Amino acid sequence: MATLEIKDLHVSVVSEDAPKEILKGVDLTIKAGETHAIMGPNGSGKSTLSYAIAGHPKYEITSGTVTLDGEDVLEMSVDERARAGLFLAMQYPVEVPGVSMSNFLRTAATAVRGEAPNLRHWVKEVKGAMADLDIDPAFAERSVNEGFSGGEKKRHEILQLGLLKPKVAILDETDSGLDVDALRVVSEGVNRYKASGEVGVMLITHYTRILKYIEPDFVHVFANGRIVESGGRELADQLEAEGYVKYTGSKEAAALS
Amino acid sequence: MAALSTQPHSHGAVVPVASRAEHFTSYDVDAFEVPGGREEIWRFTPLKRLAGLHSGAAATGSAAVEVNASAGVTVETVGRDDDRLGKAGVPGDRIAAQAYTSFENATVVTLPGDAKSEPTTVTVTGAGEGQVAYGHLLVKAAQFAEGTVVLDYRGSGAYAENVELVVADGAHLQVIAIHDWADDAVHVSQHHVKLGRDASIKHTVVTLGGDAVRVTPVVQYAGRGGDAELFGLYFADAGQHQEHRPFIDHSQPNCRSNVVYKGALQGEGAHTVWIGDVLIRAAAEGTETFELNRNLVLTDGARADSVPNLEIETGEIEGAGHASATGRFDDEQLFYLQARGIPEDQARRLVVRGFFQELIAKISVPEVRERLEAAIEAELEAVGA
Repeated sequence: MATLEIKDLHVSVVSEDAPKEILKGVDLTIKAGETHAIMGPNGSGKSTLSYAIAGHPKYEITSGTVTLDGEDVLEMSVDERARAGLFLAMQYPVEVPGVSMSNFLRTAATAVRGEAPNLRHWVKEVKGAMADLDIDPAFAERSVNEGFSGGEKKRHEILQLGLLKPKVAILDETDSGLDVDALRVVSEGVNRYKASGEVGVMLITHYTRILKYIEPDFVHVFANGRIVESGGRELADQLEAEGYVKYTGSKEAAALS
Repeated sequence: MAALSTQPHSHGAVVPVASRAEHFTSYDVDAFEVPGGREEIWRFTPLKRLAGLHSGAAATGSAAVEVNASAGVTVETVGRDDDRLGKAGVPGDRIAAQAYTSFENATVVTLPGDAKSEPTTVTVTGAGEGQVAYGHLLVKAAQFAEGTVVLDYRGSGAYAENVELVVADGAHLQVIAIHDWADDAVHVSQHHVKLGRDASIKHTVVTLGGDAVRVTPVVQYAGRGGDAELFGLYFADAGQHQEHRPFIDHSQPNCRSNVVYKGALQGEGAHTVWIGDVLIRAAAEGTETFELNRNLVLTDGARADSVPNLEIETGEIEGAGHASATGRFDDEQLFYLQARGIPEDQARRLVVRGFFQELIAKISVPEVRERLEAAIEAELEAVGA
C-alpha cells in the first residue's frame, strides 16, 4: 500500500534575485487506490508542487517533508525518486535530440525495473502500449519528443507512465492543449494505469473537463501556494459553475466557455 | 538544437581584414612571412606548440604511410616532380606551403572510373616523439567513380601535409579523416577539394587525439552541379587544441554546400576553434549553402571559439545561411531523463551521444561508425561523466 505524504511543504524558486516563496505550507496525503485532483488558477503553484516532488533543481525546499511509504523523498536524487516509484508526467516534456524514443524507453525501464527487460517481451509490450494510445509505431525511432506536437508529447508521457508503472503518478496539466480525441485517449491511458494495481494519482489541472473522463476521489482547490479547500467531486462541479473567484478575488474560469 | 542555449556568435564583432577571395596563397614557403600570432588566420592557434612547423623546422623523420586498397583502387608512391600533384589547390598558409616545399614523396590513390569501390584505408603514422615530418597525399576519383577513403592518423611527432582530393566529373567520393593521434602529436593539414561537374564529396573530419591539431579543408568547384558536404566531429580534453577552418569557395553556378561541425569539450584548457568561411562569387548564381557549428561545453575551464563568415557577391542564389551555438549541458534534458529513473552519469552519456548521433549516422562505413561510438564512450569514461 503506497502512500505519498506531504507535510507543511514550503518551496522557493531559485532565481538570480532573491529566492521567491511559491509553496506556503502544503499538506496532502495520497494513498494507493486514490485519485486526487488538484485544481487551481494559473500561478497558484500547482506545477511547482509537482516539480518540487520530482526534485527539479530550480526549486528549493525550505521546510516540510515529503515521504513515500515512510522513505524521505527529499533526500533522494531525481532518478532515485523515479526508481522509488514516483512519476511526473510533465506539462512541457523536454526534447532530447539524437536519443531515440525506443532507446530512451528501454533505458528508463531497465533503470526502474532494476534489470533489462527481456527483449522479445519488451518489444511486444511497447508495441501494445503504443497501439493503446494511438501512437504510430514510427515514433519509436524518432528522437525523444523532438518535433512532436503537444498532443503527441502528452501521449508519450502516458506511454511512459504505463511502461514504468510507478506507485504514485503526478500528472501536471496533462489535459492542457489536447483536443477531444486526444483527451479521451490520454484519459483512457490513465484509467488503465489506475486499474492496473494499487496506485495513487495526483491530477493537476486548471479545468474540470478531464474529470469527465477520470473520476477523482478527492478534489483540492489550490490557491496562493497552498490547499485552501478540499472535498469530493461536488467541489469540482462548484468550480465548474463559479470559477476561482471565491479563492483569488479575481475572475478566472474553471470551465472552458 | 534545443540542448543548447544559443549565444550570439562573434562574427558581428570580427571584421575580416579582407575578402576571403584575397587571401594569399603560394606553393613557396618563402613567399609567406613567419607568423607572429596576431595575423587573422593565426590568432587562435598556439604557435609555441607547433614544433616550429610555422617557422621553418626541417624534417627530421618521415611518417609511415600504409594503404589498404580495395579491389580496383591503385596506389602509387611518386616523387615531387609528378605532374598530377598540386592541381587541386594552392597552399593557403605558411605551414601548408612548408609542407608542399618539404615533402619528398607523395602517395597517390586512384579510384577507378565508372565503378563502385569498397572503402580504402590510408594509415599515416607520425615519425615519433620529437620528430618533424612533412607529407603529401593525392586522392583521385576518376570520372563516375564512387567510393570511400578513410584517412587514419596515429602516432607521435609533428606532421604537416597537404591532402588533395580531386573528384572528376560525375564522381562521388566520401573521405573520412580520423585524427586519433597520441597525446604529444602536432598536426597541421590543408585539404584541397576540387569538384568536377556534377561531382560530390562527403568529407568528414574527426578529431580526437593530439596536442594541437589544425585542419583547413578548402573546397573549390571546377564545374556546375558540384555538391560538397563537410562534416566535423571533435572531442577536446584538458589541454588539447583543436582547430577546424573549412572554406567553401563557390565560383561556379548551381553548386551546393552544407557544413556541419559539432564538438564537445571537457577539462581545463580544452580549446576548440571553428572558423567557417563561405564565399559566393559573382559568377556562382544558383548557389545553395548552409554552415553550422555547435559546441557542447561539458566542464568549466574549456573554451570554444566559433566564427562563421559568409560573403555573398551575387544576389541570384538559392539560399545561404549559417548558425553557431555554444552551450553548456542542458539541465532540463538531464532532469527529464533522470525523472524517468535514468542515473545522472548515464543520462549525460545519452545526451552527448545524441548530440553526435546526427553526424555519426552519416558515416556509411560501419567499422568507422563503431570506432567513433566507442571513442566517444571512452572520452566520457575519462571525465567520469
